Amino acid sequence: MSGDVIVQQLVNGITLGGLYALIALGYTLVYGIMLMINFAHSEMFMAGGYVGLFVLKALTNEAWVGAGTVGFFTGGVFGLIVLFLIVFLSAAILVGILGVVIERFAYRPLRHAPRLAPLISAIGVSIFLQNAVLLWVDSKALPFPAVMPVVTVFKAGGVTVNSLQILILVTTLLLLAFLDTFVSKTRIGKAMRATSQDRDAAGLMGIDINQVIGLAFFIGPALGGIAGVFHGMYYGSVKFDMGFLPGMKSFTAAVIGGIGNLRGAMLGGFVLGILESLAAGFLSAGYKDVVAFAILILVLIFRPGGLLGESVVEKV
Amino acid sequence: MLKVENLHTHYGQIEALKGISLEVNDGEIVTLIGANGAGKSTTLKTISGQLAPTQGTVSLDGEIVSGLLAHKVTEKGIIQVPEGRRIFPRMTVAENLEMGAFLRKDAEGIKEDLEQVFTLFPRLKERINQKGGTLSGGEQQMLAMGRGIMARPKLLMLDEPSMGLAPVVVETIFEIIERLNKEGITILLVEQNAAMALSVAHRGYVLEVGSIALEGPGKELLHNEQVRKTYLGES
Repeated sequence: MSGDVIVQQLVNGITLGGLYALIALGYTLVYGIMLMINFAHSEMFMAGGYVGLFVLKALTNEAWVGAGTVGFFTGGVFGLIVLFLIVFLSAAILVGILGVVIERFAYRPLRHAPRLAPLISAIGVSIFLQNAVLLWVDSKALPFPAVMPVVTVFKAGGVTVNSLQILILVTTLLLLAFLDTFVSKTRIGKAMRATSQDRDAAGLMGIDINQVIGLAFFIGPALGGIAGVFHGMYYGSVKFDMGFLPGMKSFTAAVIGGIGNLRGAMLGGFVLGILESLAAGFLSAGYKDVVAFAILILVLIFRPGGLLGESVVEKV
Repeated sequence: MLKVENLHTHYGQIEALKGISLEVNDGEIVTLIGANGAGKSTTLKTISGQLAPTQGTVSLDGEIVSGLLAHKVTEKGIIQVPEGRRIFPRMTVAENLEMGAFLRKDAEGIKEDLEQVFTLFPRLKERINQKGGTLSGGEQQMLAMGRGIMARPKLLMLDEPSMGLAPVVVETIFEIIERLNKEGITILLVEQNAAMALSVAHRGYVLEVGSIALEGPGKELLHNEQVRKTYLGES
């Protein structure tokens, strides 16, 4: 196996890892605050793909928005930037709202129930959303229009990096940096951290717990939704069950990094994406899922708290 | 200032408070003593809104605050320093104190109170950038109290501040309680260390299985024969 293949697989892995990191943040945010694994989160990713597709189709449909508008959006770099900003913002906001609504109706009534109850409710929400898309939208994969021309930006030997990979990586890094600053520097971000460390004590500080939980259920799904749009663009299609495997992988990434830990989720996403892509290059594409979940098992055996899982000794 | 009337609180089917009435006046230190399971912490948790009473009321300066959620009670100026410190372990000392002032907007006042906290607890200033979870038990108690002070409380409720601490640290904590009170903070103190609590308190209530068994000035209770036998370990 040549060096080029390794480098190429690294590039692919970093791109994929960025998507895993975005989705993993949603799992880890909710887990940190609610101690609950939101199994419906993979459907937030799927919903993002569909919202992105529909908004993109609507904005490039001459019958709806007029030929001039379509010409502006697809005619030049500036138009494309505006178009994709709208697509990503609508996916983030709509999926974020979906997350808040799900929390309000499917999880909040179970807040004081045994911990298994919201978990089962989450699985129910996941099945419901998949089937809603299956029935009301389409059971087949829908093609994601390649509105943005994918050009090779960098080429050296057998290694190529295209514009879409760069877009995914840059956007992901910006979002991760933004979220990291948000939770460490802003008042409400600190309130989120306080709530995840001790919910009752946070309430005694005057922090409105419901507000914090609502915010976690907006930010997580919004990031997952953005990842869904990227996934649609990168692989060229969306399907009702597209969330399952990336969802499981990203959950794995969150656990690898140390569930509940934001930077851990980011790290876990990249580690998983890179190792998986290298496995695909070294062994064969068929082994990448095996490798991903084997890493999960190894981490759980040797470092159950995850790579960045913090073990603070609680003093009496 | 604080008036608790006929308070009943249940944990499921179990009635933990069976009609408690007590009062805390402006500027007082009032203590609640009693054995394990008498309902001391339950009383504080019900006042602070962590538990909802099934009957009875809590009012602050005439305004009913029972039934409000914890963060709303905090907004009214009733600040609880919970049992077991409950500091935020993965936040720094500075961030923990900042969380105490979460609802305040007066940057100047916050700065003043921060200085005051550092004057009361110089140890916290030394460890300002250390994570809360890495502090010793005594330092964590200081941090928990400092965090309470940062809210500029009308009423500061301390739940078992001496629990698990070395005797010398306990003395420091009680000195600070008296000092805070002299500076005008009204205090409701729950303690298992009845001797210490009664010696600093203006008034005290003795709780027995969910009801008030005795009440009176701190010094008087300290010399009450029944209290001495039951809570001060004398025969």
